[in-house]
Amino acid sequence: MDMEFSPEDLAFQQEVRQFIAENYPADLRDKQDEGEEMSKEDFLSWHKILYKKGWIAPAWPVEYGGTGWTPTQRFIWSEETARADCIRLMPFGLAMVGPVIYTFGTPEQKAHFLPRILSGEDWWCQGYSEPGSGSDLASLRTTAVADGDDYIVNGQKTWTTLAQHADWGFFLVRTDKEAKQQEGISFLLIDMKSPGITVRPIITLGGEHEVNEVWLEDVRVPQSQRVYEENKGWTCAKFLLAHERTGIAGVAASKRGIEKVKAIARTELDGDKPLLANAFFKRKVAELEVDLAALEFTELRSLAGPNANRGPGPESSLLKIKGSEIQQRLTELTLEAVGHYGAPYFRGFGEGDNEHPIGPDYAHRAAPTYFNMRKTTIYGGSNEIQRNIIAKMVLGL
Amino acid sequence: MDFTYTETQDMIRDTLARFLGDTYDFETRQKFTSSDTGRDPAIWTALAQELGMLGAPFAEEHGGLGGGALENAIVMEELGKVIGIEPYLPTVVIAGGALKAVGGTQADAMIPEIIAGNAIIGFAYAEPQGRYDLANLRTTAKKDGAGYVLNGHKSVVYAAPWATHLLVTARTGGNPRDRDGVSLFLIDANLPGIVRRDYPTVDGSRASEIYFENVAIPGDALLGGEGTGLPLIEQIVDEATVAVCAEATGVMQKLHEGTLEYTQQRKQFGVPIAKFQVLQHRMVDMFMEVEQARSMTIMGTLKLGLPANERMAAVSAAKAKVARGANFVGQNAIQTHGGIGITQELAIGHYFKRATMIEGQFGSHDYHMDRYERITLND
Repeated sequence: MDMEFSPEDLAFQQEVRQFIAENYPADLRDKQDEGEEMSKEDFLSWHKILYKKGWIAPAWPVEYGGTGWTPTQRFIWSEETARADCIRLMPFGLAMVGPVIYTFGTPEQKAHFLPRILSGEDWWCQGYSEPGSGSDLASLRTTAVADGDDYIVNGQKTWTTLAQHADWGFFLVRTDKEAKQQEGISFLLIDMKSPGITVRPIITLGGEHEVNEVWLEDVRVPQSQRVYEENKGWTCAKFLLAHERTGIAGVAASKRGIEKVKAIARTELDGDKPLLANAFFKRKVAELEVDLAALEFTELRSLAGPNANRGPGPESSLLKIKGSEIQQRLTELTLEAVGHYGAPYFRGFGEGDNEHPIGPDYAHRAAPTYFNMRKTTIYGGSNEIQRNIIAKMVLGL
Repeated sequence: MDFTYTETQDMIRDTLARFLGDTYDFETRQKFTSSDTGRDPAIWTALAQELGMLGAPFAEEHGGLGGGALENAIVMEELGKVIGIEPYLPTVVIAGGALKAVGGTQADAMIPEIIAGNAIIGFAYAEPQGRYDLANLRTTAKKDGAGYVLNGHKSVVYAAPWATHLLVTARTGGNPRDRDGVSLFLIDANLPGIVRRDYPTVDGSRASEIYFENVAIPGDALLGGEGTGLPLIEQIVDEATVAVCAEATGVMQKLHEGTLEYTQQRKQFGVPIAKFQVLQHRMVDMFMEVEQARSMTIMGTLKLGLPANERMAAVSAAKAKVARGANFVGQNAIQTHGGIGITQELAIGHYFKRATMIEGQFGSHDYHMDRYERITLND
């Protein structure tokens, strides 16, 4: 057991650092620094650079386009991209449906969809939740009825993140109404431009258009776009959720977030001293760092420990719970740190706008981010559901 | 980067777990901890001579198993699982750690004695006024010819009633809280002028108040430099701190498992109380604290070799987290057991008592958060 980087690891770290320094788009960096909302093109610009380099899917098996990196190299990669404030990659293709397709898909599905996920040609969205099916996901009511070689899909999905940009969606649908809840569900890939699909925005607390309602009315979907067997979609769904949960820990990003809060608290004054000298504020920062170290080493144990090659198991629920709690505390602390300037509602710069923004740059998105990040303990299976999973799968209750 | 144990480390864990499983069941422990001497010396001898376990962190040239801090952590975690009172921490981790650090003839002479099970060493560092400050010392060692004369009062020296030797911190110069002027001595426990008041501790062990009344000690009792001992003392106390984090992990795991088991047997309202979601979620929260204590112990252990400031920040982060976790898991184990949890009858209460003492040992949560902040957030 050790936490040393080998000479090869250190060389890799240098290579990654240099690559980011030379290739990260400057205009994207500017937009991020000013706290503006990101467009589809912004998200895709970094994606495409990494695709060209062959570094877009480190977690995938090499045969499907993965990098073949060791756990240490993947750790270095996430540290370095967070350190350099690289924009996050959309997880829907790379971390969600991609692994489902290469694990459960047909050769044709793999050949068609995986390269397009890697290149960024297809933007994916996730059709899981429904208005009546949140934590009780298996109660979903969207139906798919066989009609020749197709299904006819009807129903409503919600909380569909960035569906306004999506080319494709992966949907959980009910194909057998008589079976037990989990046993009548299938996993479908649906072209979002299909006739009968309507996407309507839901505006969240920070003012963002991030999530949507998706209506499906008599949408015709070829049965060849079903992944895995009919009525066995729940297997794919659970597999995907376990993958989603590990990514959700967000250790490297939270480390970077703490650095930023500290920088703010060194700038903001409290009396004649920096806010970071305030014993109460400082203690909250320190406790966050300590809790993040505990999360980091718990994640490292699962990535580079004895069970490293087993894939994510129910213990990934622990990473989701603690990771999301830390992300929320971080955004709360940031909002607290910026003081008065948490209040002005910054909506980005308009075309030709030469007004000065109100308050310091670092304050612009403090409140919207705090509001937005309340989602982390709700999505991906709420933290209460994660506790149910640990109770059942780990503790055997 | 690698978070797996070696085969030898797995073997140490398995061997010790099997031995303790056979010799250290709760009833047996209760019997010898409440006897006159408070221990069963045969266990210590067996750990040394049958298992070679007291050599875990020592070099093979001294007769050890060639390990280090990770091996200490493995042993401490297993001792935690049986709430063992064996003086492995002060003897092997602390005194052994000091001897390894200074090396030379003192190490050559004493380490084989430790490994053979012949030496038990109490760590006399705390004083009534000193709280967790290792330099806050009124005990003095005055130069007298080739040797020194010790005077002072040391608090709550665990294992001192059984000790053959004492590892003592004392001032050879400077004022009571100066960093300079602190020295470390390894002395015979039965020298004239050493007065002991022995007592049981709440967690099942034995300890002493120790009074040094003009105790003449030889010059070669000094470990390291005269007056420059504080960095060495800080280092061995950090090693001891992560070792009690490891012990805490074992204690917490048993508190959690015991609670899980109890809730599946205990019925109320016609069902096992484990069926209640409020208790399930509480036990999940306990589980997460156990896992994080394990992670932080590994983190602290792996960082013991870093430069002093980084080492101290890591150890303090670990101890702060483990102290909170031990508190949470201990209190919730008792609450979930209900009335039977607050009796002496079940093992669970005894695990809770040890967990509670570990919370404060070598510094409370607040102490370690302060130290962490002084190092990492001092602007």
